[in-house]
Amino acid sequence: MQLLTQRSKPVSRKPMNLLEKIYLPAILKGMTITFSHMFHKKPTIRYPEETREFSPVFRGLHVLNRDEEGRENCTACGLCAVACPAEAITMEAAERKEGEEHLYREEKYAARYEINMLRCIFCGLCEDACPKDAIYLSETVAPASFARKELIYGKKDLLIPNPVTEPEAYAQAKGQKQIK
Amino acid sequence: MNLLVFDWALLIEKLVLIAIIISISLVVAMYATYGERKVAAWMQDRVGPNRAGPFGLLQPLADGLKLFFKEEIIPNSSNKFLFILGPSLAMLTAMMTCAVVPWGSQIKIAGRAIDLQVADINIGILYVFGVVSMGVYGIMIGGWASNNKFSLMAALRGASQVISYELAMGISLIALLMITGSLSLKTIAEQQINGHWWNIVYQPVGFLIFFVCALAECNRAPFDLSEAESELNMGYHQEYSSMKLGFFLFAEYINMFISSVIMATLFFGGYDIPFVNESKFDPQLMAVLGVVSLMAKTLIFIFVFMWIRWTLPRFRYDQLMNLGWKGLIPLALVNMLVTAVVVLSRQ
Repeated sequence: MQLLTQRSKPVSRKPMNLLEKIYLPAILKGMTITFSHMFHKKPTIRYPEETREFSPVFRGLHVLNRDEEGRENCTACGLCAVACPAEAITMEAAERKEGEEHLYREEKYAARYEINMLRCIFCGLCEDACPKDAIYLSETVAPASFARKELIYGKKDLLIPNPVTEPEAYAQAKGQKQIK
Repeated sequence: MNLLVFDWALLIEKLVLIAIIISISLVVAMYATYGERKVAAWMQDRVGPNRAGPFGLLQPLADGLKLFFKEEIIPNSSNKFLFILGPSLAMLTAMMTCAVVPWGSQIKIAGRAIDLQVADINIGILYVFGVVSMGVYGIMIGGWASNNKFSLMAALRGASQVISYELAMGISLIALLMITGSLSLKTIAEQQINGHWWNIVYQPVGFLIFFVCALAECNRAPFDLSEAESELNMGYHQEYSSMKLGFFLFAEYINMFISSVIMATLFFGGYDIPFVNESKFDPQLMAVLGVVSLMAKTLIFIFVFMWIRWTLPRFRYDQLMNLGWKGLIPLALVNMLVTAVVVLSRQ
């Protein structure tokens, strides 16, 4: 029969000689192997002190972006919700009133914007779908929670800090990613 | 009443010694659990416990505290008296063995020469064997009293394993006793100090048999068939929780410590410091260094125990019995015969 892979090796059915039957040489060999492992480099990442380096395309927690003047980008068009394969995004639109021009960039904005983090699969399709560069997946790892309802993230959880009033927090939330 | 002639100082001396030895073996056993986890981690390229205290050194305390605070469960259908007796017996027999071990020569405190040994009885090693073979009752009663068939099976396996290996162990020891001519551990240790080689030189095969049997007696891997997680759920301590389980596990570590000490005493010169002539130096200092030396040998043995545990997989039960009855016992017998012939021809 022809072998399907290059890896298979014929098994030796040769009866063991005395030295092999005692097993002690094999045991000692095994013990030297385990002993040598004591001095190997440990691949462990000690989490809270050290963090794993993520790849630049890592998709973490979502942020709702603002522009340079601190106005919300989102116009509640709903394309992200449509694009979402897990149907995790819900929103309610509202109309911008007089005197709210410094809060919202266009006439329509999301009065309520929720992402159900229990459903979200961090695929990033919302980011792709958004025509206004309003939603981005940041570098932050989604935190755990003890209660299910805490994992439905509202606007206050998602909205990026205001770049005008809190530039440091904004820079931190933005991270190294290229967010416009 | 002749209380006046009663040597109260001796009583106090021995009580203090017992307290010290028991606390030392408890602390060593405690840190052996930590050491076990660390050694396992290193051998598997992990870091091991490192959260509680510096390098995780408070881990044993945290583990103990956790065990104390866990819920204590005694199954309804169990025999409650025996159920509690099991772990206590395991612990008790583990602790009792250290009574005859010579931990060092003599130290002088306030003009009193104090032997660093609780009891120098002339049947020392027999006493050890007697107590160790009692240790199997801990497992057996624990498994029986749980009223759980898995526990009972595991306890049976453990018991028959201990009994099987005790034979080979005893025979390998007889060969040693032919050379030393004494059952007292103190005498055996001193013989190796006074100009002689260590017994390992005369009895390498005997030591190997003794060592393998010690592994089996302590129920250490690869002979830990009485606590087979995979085939018998958890083994003899399945129904145990909280500190009663802790006692079983702890007794294993004390056993390991004691058998390491015994092996160091029997085969590796006890409190002898290699390549040093003790009589040339201050006896007080040498006594202390002797204790350190014995502890160092013991710790090396404990490490070897762990090393083996994290290297070899567990035996299958028939393999275990084969090794015991068809391998070690004949080998020990041959070893004994050869030793006897050599000893006789030397005379």
